[in-house]
Amino acid sequence: MKLAEMEQTDKGANFENRGAVRPFQTQPKLETRNLKAFFGKTEAIKGISLAIPDRKITAIIGPSGCGKSTFLRCLNRMHELVQRAHTEGEVNLDGANIYGPGVDAVAVRRKIGMVFQKPNPFPTMSIYDNVAAGLKLNGVRNRKRLDEAVERSLKLAFLWEETKDRLKEPGSGLSGGQQQRLCIARALAVEPEVILMDEPCSALDPNATSRIEQMMVELENEYTIVIVTHNMQQAARVADYTAFFYLGQMIEYEETDKLFENPKMELTERYITGKFG
Amino acid sequence: MQTATVESEKSRKRSGNLRRRQLVDRIATVAIFGAVILAIVPLVLILADIVIKAAPVMSFGFLTNLPKASPFSPDQGISNAIIGSFVMVGFASLIAIPIGVGAGIFLSEWAEMRFAWVASFTNDVLAEFPSIVIGIFVFVIIVLATHSFSGYAGGFALAVIMIPIVARTTEESLKLVPNSYREASMALGVSRWRTITRIVLSTGRGGLVTGVLLAVARVMGETAPLLLTALGSTLAFRTLSQPTESLSLLIYFYGTSAYKTWQAQAWGAALVLVVIVLALNISVRALTRGKFITGGD
Repeated sequence: MKLAEMEQTDKGANFENRGAVRPFQTQPKLETRNLKAFFGKTEAIKGISLAIPDRKITAIIGPSGCGKSTFLRCLNRMHELVQRAHTEGEVNLDGANIYGPGVDAVAVRRKIGMVFQKPNPFPTMSIYDNVAAGLKLNGVRNRKRLDEAVERSLKLAFLWEETKDRLKEPGSGLSGGQQQRLCIARALAVEPEVILMDEPCSALDPNATSRIEQMMVELENEYTIVIVTHNMQQAARVADYTAFFYLGQMIEYEETDKLFENPKMELTERYITGKFG
Repeated sequence: MQTATVESEKSRKRSGNLRRRQLVDRIATVAIFGAVILAIVPLVLILADIVIKAAPVMSFGFLTNLPKASPFSPDQGISNAIIGSFVMVGFASLIAIPIGVGAGIFLSEWAEMRFAWVASFTNDVLAEFPSIVIGIFVFVIIVLATHSFSGYAGGFALAVIMIPIVARTTEESLKLVPNSYREASMALGVSRWRTITRIVLSTGRGGLVTGVLLAVARVMGETAPLLLTALGSTLAFRTLSQPTESLSLLIYFYGTSAYKTWQAQAWGAALVLVVIVLALNISVRALTRGKFITGGD
């Protein structure tokens, strides 16, 4: 069957109601409603409605160019920073639309943090200053509070033991995997409620990848995590729920085990069995 | 038979081409080295000439004494010109660095605005403006308006020359800061302005300092606009509200005078000026060596 035909047969199968797709019973932490994202006139996200559970790991998978990173960047209003880009629709954090009138994007980003594909510690700052950057740049001066936040965040990111004796050294001197954990610590230090991870391990070796995956599972108790990955095994290993995106649309969203073992959609099955991608 | 001839002809053609290309390559290499030497020779000659001709007048007193009314007086010096140059350039920097850096930030960080394109173009035009035209402009709006040549007018003219240079180098060094650092900062819930002042500027500071120092070095030697604004003076420097001497003006007046002693002092002043400009350029080199932007990707 051709992909186009499959899209036809898939249509409507999982979208019986117009509300957000929600494969769980609890109150969602984040919920998108008919979310669309544009680059100029090009529509990269074509109306996605899905709910993300509180304190769980949700993965978004799909082939390159399916819009998964763009979708993630819409969740904390980073998408609109790109030239000529804009979004339509709603993203509700605990029921309140972050795109609502009068909502400050800067305040939204303090609650919904982000970790990027490539480790990007600030090059002019020490390890300590990198972790404290979010607090310091927002005016926190209290030394004790900063010290505590740095220690707590580095511990959460499993980086404390390796760096506690050299907090004053530049962050750029760490290895790639350590740098990425530093970036995660930096995101954690401002105490966000949600952490978005945009292919956080794609630039790392398997060893560093597994450490970050371990950390994610630990963080799950306190944070809602949304991870975009092109690595299906990674999604299967860490995520509680997984959404499959294709060409700017959400094809299927299910509990991870169900999605991988028994996908409802033919497109999903073909993707996870490696028939295209 | 026939195919064999064709083959050998082909191979001869090929090797002939090769020999020709090797020859062209050698000629081009020699020509380029020759061009480099021709470019360096005048610099070395000028420097040597200045040092030789400045040597007789060089002394501590030359740097600290004031000019005398008579070219035949003993203990003449150029202290007022050295002080005047530094004070006028300092005054110009006070105006030009904030404006230039601010404009450069705008050109780099708000590059998507149509107005930024216009401003960038205007800035380029201003940077290429003949400095005598800027001198005339300042002469009309300040010297004529205040009925007096002054160090302020001179400093202002120098500032107008500095602004586009500082703006351009600021813009270019900030554009070299990878966007991922801006995004990382914004994603921490830091406002755009704070991201610029605390992350972007600090990451691109090497280029920024370079731009400022180069602009300072450039206006240090400006003469034409100062002729129309600061005018020059033989008196000790007291205030910018009076006509003010500068090294470049002193070189101009002494160099074109009829007296051997003053001509020799012009060479001395030229050496002082060259040393200042060289020192600025060398500090730029030292600052930017291998760390224009640290740790970038």
